[in-house]
Amino acid sequence: MAETAVAHDSHASSTGISNVKLGMWLFLGSECLLFGGLISTYMLYRGRVASGPTPEQVYDIPFTSVSSFVLLMSSLTMVLAVSAAHKKDDRNTNLWLTITALLGATFVGGQVYEFTAFYNEGLGFTTSLFGSSFYTLTGFHGVHVTVGIIMLLALVAINKRSRVPGSKSETVEMIGLYWHFVDIVWIIIFTLVYLIPV
Amino acid sequence: MAIIERPSPSPATIPALTPAAPAITPARTFGALRRPVASTGWKSWLFTVDHKKLGLMYGAMALFFFIVGGIEAVLIRMQLAAPNGKVLNADLYNQMFTMHATTMVFLFVMPMAAAFANYFIPLQIGARDVAFPRINAFGFWCVLGGGIVVNLAWFLGGAADGGWFMYAPNSGPVFSPSHGVDFWALGLQIAGIASLTGAINLIVTVLNMRAPGMTLMKMPVFTWMITVVQFLLLFAVPVITVALFLLSFQRMFGAQFFDVAAGADPLLWQHLFWIFGHPEVYILILPSFGIISEVLPVFSRKPLFGYPFVVFSGAAIGFVGWGVWAHHMFASGLGPVSVAVFSVATMAIAVPTGVKIINWTLTMWGGKLVFTTAMKFAIGLVVLFTIGGLSGVTHSVAPSDTQQTDTYYIVAHFHYVLFGGAIFGIFSGFYYWWPKMFGKMLNERLGSWNFWLMVIGMNLTFGPMHILGLQGQPRRMYVWTEARAGEGFFNLAFWNLVASIGSLILTVGVLFFLINIVVTARNKERAPLDPWNARSLEWMTSNPPKEHNFDSIPHVHHLDEFFHRKYEEDPVTHTMREVATAEQVLAELERNADQHIHMPSPSYWPIVLATGLPIIALGLIYSIPVAIVGGLIVLYAMYGWALEPSVAPESDFDTVSGNGASGNGHAVGASHG
Repeated sequence: MAETAVAHDSHASSTGISNVKLGMWLFLGSECLLFGGLISTYMLYRGRVASGPTPEQVYDIPFTSVSSFVLLMSSLTMVLAVSAAHKKDDRNTNLWLTITALLGATFVGGQVYEFTAFYNEGLGFTTSLFGSSFYTLTGFHGVHVTVGIIMLLALVAINKRSRVPGSKSETVEMIGLYWHFVDIVWIIIFTLVYLIPV
Repeated sequence: MAIIERPSPSPATIPALTPAAPAITPARTFGALRRPVASTGWKSWLFTVDHKKLGLMYGAMALFFFIVGGIEAVLIRMQLAAPNGKVLNADLYNQMFTMHATTMVFLFVMPMAAAFANYFIPLQIGARDVAFPRINAFGFWCVLGGGIVVNLAWFLGGAADGGWFMYAPNSGPVFSPSHGVDFWALGLQIAGIASLTGAINLIVTVLNMRAPGMTLMKMPVFTWMITVVQFLLLFAVPVITVALFLLSFQRMFGAQFFDVAAGADPLLWQHLFWIFGHPEVYILILPSFGIISEVLPVFSRKPLFGYPFVVFSGAAIGFVGWGVWAHHMFASGLGPVSVAVFSVATMAIAVPTGVKIINWTLTMWGGKLVFTTAMKFAIGLVVLFTIGGLSGVTHSVAPSDTQQTDTYYIVAHFHYVLFGGAIFGIFSGFYYWWPKMFGKMLNERLGSWNFWLMVIGMNLTFGPMHILGLQGQPRRMYVWTEARAGEGFFNLAFWNLVASIGSLILTVGVLFFLINIVVTARNKERAPLDPWNARSLEWMTSNPPKEHNFDSIPHVHHLDEFFHRKYEEDPVTHTMREVATAEQVLAELERNADQHIHMPSPSYWPIVLATGLPIIALGLIYSIPVAIVGGLIVLYAMYGWALEPSVAPESDFDTVSGNGASGNGHAVGASHG
């Protein structure tokens, strides 16, 4: 009777999963449908090149393979960050978060380079249905990676001032979930968009 | 505020009458802003994260847009009352029917369902708030911002005019040259954020925050139906998000997604829209199904007949609802296999719906029916929705649907299911839950007028549309002519006039509701604690509930827990006899009151973040630098939000002297927030 009743105790949930984690999983489920819609649009339109370049003419598979590898490696460093956070090792948490952000930034940089190269080869956003749907799909993914980078760097900044509200390791884990999801989506996009010929 | 000490034993008082809270001053800064501390006045509403206050704000906003959408509807009917109508020109007429549907669907029925869900789900599951209170507040400000953006177009060159499903090429710059469609797409995008965050929030709330003992199959049906709706929203909203982005990119940046001349597929938009749009119709109707599943047992003095069947048929509707979207596209040349599959799936969805109707009917069967206004609206839903459901089955037959597509028969069908269904359910909810929300009963005599005028008006308005449609009157035509009106029973002129008169009767019916609100607000008489002899947990607290909802969290042992605390079965006669009054049940909870209750703290960030979004939208339409400003506001708000703990620790406030409780707790009356 005299016990403190907390309205928002993440450890006392009916399912045993914390509110934040359950919410993040639901959000990622919703994101699947977002990318599903974008990928469907691309698959419908990838052969409709009008008078512009075709996918085979612009894609540089070795380059994109390298930047994909960089992004996938960032998932590894993210795992190391989560692991360090669970051990309450602030120094390594910040280190791995920063490296993850840098790897992500490398990927985004590669995407910017790729977009510039494609544009110079004659594939604009309005050139063809292929162009519109390619830039929209990969652009949405790039924005997701960029949001992830902002979250990672913001977390490092807040963590250095020791102002992370709530459980620190869970916050790192949530950004990790998001980051891995964005990586997995890229595996699907890379396969469907770049590797499978029209 | 943050912490409630010694819950006050008296029922909550009206905010205006409560004495000012002790002076609390914030001590810490989160991204340049300190915590809001106002517990009364407009600030306590603007920065609140209380699910009940947000529910009321959702409701007030939805009611406002109901009136706006209603005025648009009446203008449409006035235009069509006589041949060659002069009330609206063709352009304005297009805007009117587009905005009528958009307003009613996205700005009335959905937010009103969100209002009831926000207010009653935590109460029905025995929780003190939702899982993410600040995200909850953010959702409300988003849907308000989205509604403003969509309607702003009226004053800035004309509203959207492509019909609410905005098919290409009507949505393109050739046929919609004004910015109306841009406002529409961006406004709905913002409102969509609210739906998505609300869905995540309510699902987590229902799955994680139920009172001890409340298993999923002991949850009230309203909570169940809202949960199904949130799953539909979770997966349907991203699809319309994609569609709206593609549309905006086409209109603003010259992409070609729906430009058939450039080789685009005209069906892409239709598929994306209806993959969202069909689950959307269940998003609109299931909350009302939930409401009347609460109301019918209470006023039949019987438990709901076949509770698991009602729950599972609701979930089944949610699942099958994903496989029927193309029945909106039978006339678009999908091919015989697709048409056959979607036709059969559509017929199949009538089965779980029929199960529900049978369960409601058998709930009333043999019950001691009490014909309150809430009950009348609930029965009205069962009857009118069944009529709409039957005409719906005729659409599932593809050859027949090909004949009906784009005629008034379709308009008749969806108004029977949405007005007769969704809106009657919402009105049933108003009358049933008003005493819970405001502590006063709506007037039953005015309610009776309200109900009968709405029933008569709605049948006169939408009934004749079956005849008009089968005679071939197309929807969305801004005039009809005497020369083609036909003769005798099927005369278009006669039935159009009847429908227009019906819409005026309907208007008077709704006016009676608004009058009822005013009369009730002026009435001094307080509602009894348990006016309906209700069954579920939301009635096991004061009217209106205290800020922390329950003095102690109830332990749940039964479906209809509140009923089982009041009544027990007599072992000899096997009849239910009263063992405790509602007041006694409540007193028992108060005796075991929790001493320290930590409630989530108000925050500036939800409204600041939500304000950035309409600025981005306007910037995208008029000037990119403005959009960048909006984006910076959003980023800044996110940063402040991330720094600020949801439940304020005591160190966030300066200590107050003369307040007891070791100097840093602050006693806060029940309705402060």
